[in-house]
Amino acid sequence: MNRSLIASSVLHIIVISITALSLPFLSKKPIDLPPIVSIELIQITEKTNIPFAPKAKKIIEKVKEKEKKLVSEQAPPKKVKKIKPDAVPMPKNEIEKVKKIKDDKQNPEKIDNEVKQVSEFEKKELFNPDNIAALIDKSKEESAEFIKKNEKVSQDQEKNFENTGLTLSEEDALKAQIFGCWSIPLGLPYNENLLVRIKLQLKPDGSVIRSEILDHARMNKPGQGFYKVLAESALRAVKLCQPLRVPSTGYERWKELQLNFDAREMLEG
Amino acid sequence: MKKFFISILVIFLLPTKSFGLIEVDITRGNLNPLPVAVSPLSIDENSRKSFEKILKKKNIEIEISTIVENNLRTSGLFNPLDKDAFLQAPDIANLKPRFEDWNLIKAQALITGKVNYFDDKLRVEFRLWDVLAGKEMMALAFTTVPNNWRRVGHIISDKVYERLTGEKGYFDTRIIYVSEEGPKTKRIKKLAIMDQDGANNKFLTLGNELVLTPRFNPTSQMVTYLSYFRNLPRVYLLDIETGMQEVVGDFPGMTFAPRFSPDGKKIIMSFAKDGNSDIYTMDLENRIVEKITDHPSIDTSPSYSPNGKLISFNSDRSGYQQIYVMKNDGTNVKRISFGKGIYGTPVWSPRGDLIAFTKLHKGKFYIGVMRTDGTGERLLTENFYQEAPSWSPNGRVLIFYRETKTDEKGEGFSAKLWSIDLTGYNERMVKTPTDGSDPSWSSLLSD
Repeated sequence: MNRSLIASSVLHIIVISITALSLPFLSKKPIDLPPIVSIELIQITEKTNIPFAPKAKKIIEKVKEKEKKLVSEQAPPKKVKKIKPDAVPMPKNEIEKVKKIKDDKQNPEKIDNEVKQVSEFEKKELFNPDNIAALIDKSKEESAEFIKKNEKVSQDQEKNFENTGLTLSEEDALKAQIFGCWSIPLGLPYNENLLVRIKLQLKPDGSVIRSEILDHARMNKPGQGFYKVLAESALRAVKLCQPLRVPSTGYERWKELQLNFDAREMLEG
Repeated sequence: MKKFFISILVIFLLPTKSFGLIEVDITRGNLNPLPVAVSPLSIDENSRKSFEKILKKKNIEIEISTIVENNLRTSGLFNPLDKDAFLQAPDIANLKPRFEDWNLIKAQALITGKVNYFDDKLRVEFRLWDVLAGKEMMALAFTTVPNNWRRVGHIISDKVYERLTGEKGYFDTRIIYVSEEGPKTKRIKKLAIMDQDGANNKFLTLGNELVLTPRFNPTSQMVTYLSYFRNLPRVYLLDIETGMQEVVGDFPGMTFAPRFSPDGKKIIMSFAKDGNSDIYTMDLENRIVEKITDHPSIDTSPSYSPNGKLISFNSDRSGYQQIYVMKNDGTNVKRISFGKGIYGTPVWSPRGDLIAFTKLHKGKFYIGVMRTDGTGERLLTENFYQEAPSWSPNGRVLIFYRETKTDEKGEGFSAKLWSIDLTGYNERMVKTPTDGSDPSWSSLLSD
């Protein structure tokens, strides 16, 4: 009895001590405290005050130099060479070629021309070819971004296309056309469930082959006078609007259309 | 056999592209009036001569179609097209319209008909056509005494209105109002009645006594109004058909705006008893008066809801005059107007969905509507002075009166009847031979 009691208590103590020692404390990393940054308080009135003219020149020159440095930093030549060396004209080789012409053929006109070309090239060189390369590089990046954006738009349109079968602009064009043709019967109550669904069969030019009210049975039910009026007004709108503004392509997907006429929003005011 | 099964399997496995039915939600439309062509009725020569003799009207067929045309135009929901543009003669159009011709002038609906004199009576048949669908929507015939020709025009208008809008019309109705003449300080006020388009105006009292607030019984052609007899306010009942008039009772203190209950069996009003104005009802059969509100504030202008279960009224119990709604036994009083300004004369729409009111704010008077719980307040019209809105029986149009300012010389004062529809755009002056105030719209005569 005593043995088993001692054994159990010892085992318990071991288990508790293991859990207490190993689990939370061992796995926990010491908190990374950010290094202490010493702050020096300085009077800045001297630096912010407008300097005298001779001093200002020096400061401006310093700023310009810094800017130049920044520009060169923006377009590192190494990157340009790596990405597309062929696309960028190599000025050094050209100059060597010119020198060769000078040496081999003593033709003054040609030399003049070539020299002129070199001089023009040199003018270009003033713009810094590395910078141009960087600009080309940048434009490539921008165009890539533009393509990415376009891809996003087309993806959105695809989503809409998947949902409705029409792109947003196609749907908007059709809606805008029918909005103009539909004279809403203003006497209808705004608080009743009046939704008229019309299924259309269309020709490729948007003219209507067949129009069918999906809840046709409701039209002739007693007490459904408002529904009948709304349905008739919707049919009038379709007839008045045709040919409908349908997309010029993809006839297969929109040859059958369903229009859901709901006047509540307008009647509620 | 094996090949056959494989080929079928291949067909099933082939990726096929199918399109679901494209749905487009149309939630907006235009609020332009519907273009309607009202063709003159066709008539034979003998009938024309007979009507000319009896009614002293040369072209009764044009007169009736003009009434229809005017009614539809004043509703603001229809745009009757110019008759000069019509290509088809009335008699042929009534038999079988050439829809292409009517489509050409952009008509969406067409009204044709025929009038003849038959057995000492006027018989009119008319048809309503859907021009775009190319089908007949309605065909009806009426027979009546020739003198009722104006009403025939109004009934046709009501039927067309109902068929095209889904709600009942309001053209075959009358308006009772207080006719006013003379300078502002010495006005002669008479009770007058006319058709809703201003025709057939008749005076019902001589103008010896001051008359106020005439109100139609919603179920019959009975009117209740207030008149001062020897400087005492008295509530009267007047049967328009028979001309019979009776006194409902003399009430102490000021009495305001008696109105009928929807079943026409009671009248509800407010009067001051012991210096405090409360709302009372009176049973017209046993003349028992019942007090509905009991509050130290001033409660006036009660109006029943169409089902008779609720009453709207105005009260200054919150400090300013506001609109309240309560049960017909006076319990469960709820304030519904919370806007800036003073609210008064609440009138429950016959459709039951709205309450019309007069509002005074920053020195200007407004006629507006709100839902019965006080939400959706819309001010329809603003002016120097206007009040007392009364609903058309279909709850679409309000008639009220508007006063103009008196100039420095004390001249230029006038009071005119005006109507406005729920859109707030279709505001029109109702023509009356004299000045007018306190209009009340009757229910449909043909119902």
